[in-house]
Amino acid sequence: MTEVKNSQELFQAKVDAEQKIEPKDWMPEKYRKTLIRQISQHAHSEVVGMLPEGNWITRAPNLRRKAILLAKVQDEAGHGLYLYSAAETLGVSREETIDALLSGKAKYSSIFNYPTLTWADIGAVGWLVDGAAIMNQVMLCRTSYGPYARAMVRICKEESFHQRQGYEIMNVLANGTPEQKEMAQDALNRWWWPSLMMFGPSDANSPHSAESMKWKIKRQSNDELRQIFIDRTVQQAEVIGLTIPDPKLKWNEETMHYEHGEIDWAEFNNVVAGNGPCNKERLAARNKAHDEGAWVREAAMAYAAKRARKKQAA
Amino acid sequence: MKMTQQEALFQYCLRRGDDNLILSHRLSEWCGHGPQLEEDIALTNRALDLIGQARNYLQYAGEVEGKGRSEDDLAYMRKERDFVNVKLVELHNGDYAYTMARNFLYDAWHLPLQQALMKSADTQLAAIAGKAVKEVTYQLKTSADWMIRFGDGTEESHQRAQTALHALWTYTGELFTTDEVEAVLQKAGIVPDMAPIKAAFDAKVDAVLAEATLKRPADGFMMSGGRQGKHSEHMGFLLAEMQYLQRAYPGATW
Repeated sequence: MTEVKNSQELFQAKVDAEQKIEPKDWMPEKYRKTLIRQISQHAHSEVVGMLPEGNWITRAPNLRRKAILLAKVQDEAGHGLYLYSAAETLGVSREETIDALLSGKAKYSSIFNYPTLTWADIGAVGWLVDGAAIMNQVMLCRTSYGPYARAMVRICKEESFHQRQGYEIMNVLANGTPEQKEMAQDALNRWWWPSLMMFGPSDANSPHSAESMKWKIKRQSNDELRQIFIDRTVQQAEVIGLTIPDPKLKWNEETMHYEHGEIDWAEFNNVVAGNGPCNKERLAARNKAHDEGAWVREAAMAYAAKRARKKQAA
Repeated sequence: MKMTQQEALFQYCLRRGDDNLILSHRLSEWCGHGPQLEEDIALTNRALDLIGQARNYLQYAGEVEGKGRSEDDLAYMRKERDFVNVKLVELHNGDYAYTMARNFLYDAWHLPLQQALMKSADTQLAAIAGKAVKEVTYQLKTSADWMIRFGDGTEESHQRAQTALHALWTYTGELFTTDEVEAVLQKAGIVPDMAPIKAAFDAKVDAVLAEATLKRPADGFMMSGGRQGKHSEHMGFLLAEMQYLQRAYPGATW
């Protein structure tokens, strides 16, 4: 028991001293489990997130936009790969992690259960959804677990490009024809509240937060990050002449922050529980790709095994 | 009436642009739905390379035509009968073996063509080819590797690859047919003779299929018509999807 206690103290001392925890270091079992859950959810979010954006690749309005969107969705696949690898350093295989997604056991960011209905949604997803994700990801560049922090540094660079391209799409639409401006405003109306929900429940109702803060997995609370996002985004909306769909939104001179209306947590909980507009489609699409790809993966393995045997025989 | 060199060059650029544009479009349909993440990334990469090549050709086509048409005017505002890609590229994706077999057949033609175009008397075509050759070399390597993996992988993958080759073979003839467009340009040293390109294609296909233990289908009836804008029924749907926003909001910029 003493030894375990010492390990725990050493671990916490290391975290407090801002040293990174590496895969072979001792870590509390719960730290490992929390990270596996968080990193794999993050990986799944990248991969499922390819679907709503992929929905517009074949209908992108011009060749430049199409190339940018393809590159962006490809980046998300790459992020999924780094993150599955980061999860593997904690002793969970990519197959296990992916199986948990496919069976519906693992969660992913609920935002991707909303549909992309118009081209402006591609702008809104980049601007708001990637914009909200970056808040979290910038913080995670300093997370205590080394492989996760390093994966995040690379991901953040690409995400900030995604956010800018989303905002640029919105800017062009907001300054385009009246129909385009209406399309942009409609997308903002539909994506604003779900984007705020991406930061998770208020600190008072966030089940995992206190421990994650102590272990420096998280370094800022859900509400803090949400506030930074709101302050920044409201100004960006003003610049391009779009209106945030919150009648209670108000600048507070004393706090130097925007006050906002009540978030509909019932909607959030409902979508997390599986009752969003696209939960079933998203999971079905992942399962279809996985099932239809089974023979491809088998063929690749069978061929590799044959080659290895031939090499050995030679 | 005899075709001028400028008219021929415009048509030739459209052919190259449309081939790449439409194949890129089909490959982009896989994005998010590939058999594994690495393949998703690889196919998207290929779609990106092809769209880049398509843009180079369509920009140049607009320049050669001299009527102020942009790459997007050519990609989004032409109608079905104006597209001059081969039918091979517009076919639906099928399963992964079908997609890969099409890539392989396309690449085995595309690489020697682009290598020859590097020597074009037209400096712009030579420059486009110089850039494309690097990409197409890699593309051919990956599609050939997959043919070998499928052919010499499992019984199922062998069967699927063989079925795909049989279905696609009839669409390969069109890659090599030439008409007045090529004749005019060949005379000026702008485009190559197709005979050595066909020989390179044959040699590559034979070598890869032999290693893959797959059978080369016999040359029989060969489809044609794409170069004259007489496409398969797939084409209208593809364009309806691709051109939707430009058609629904005429004159808007994006």
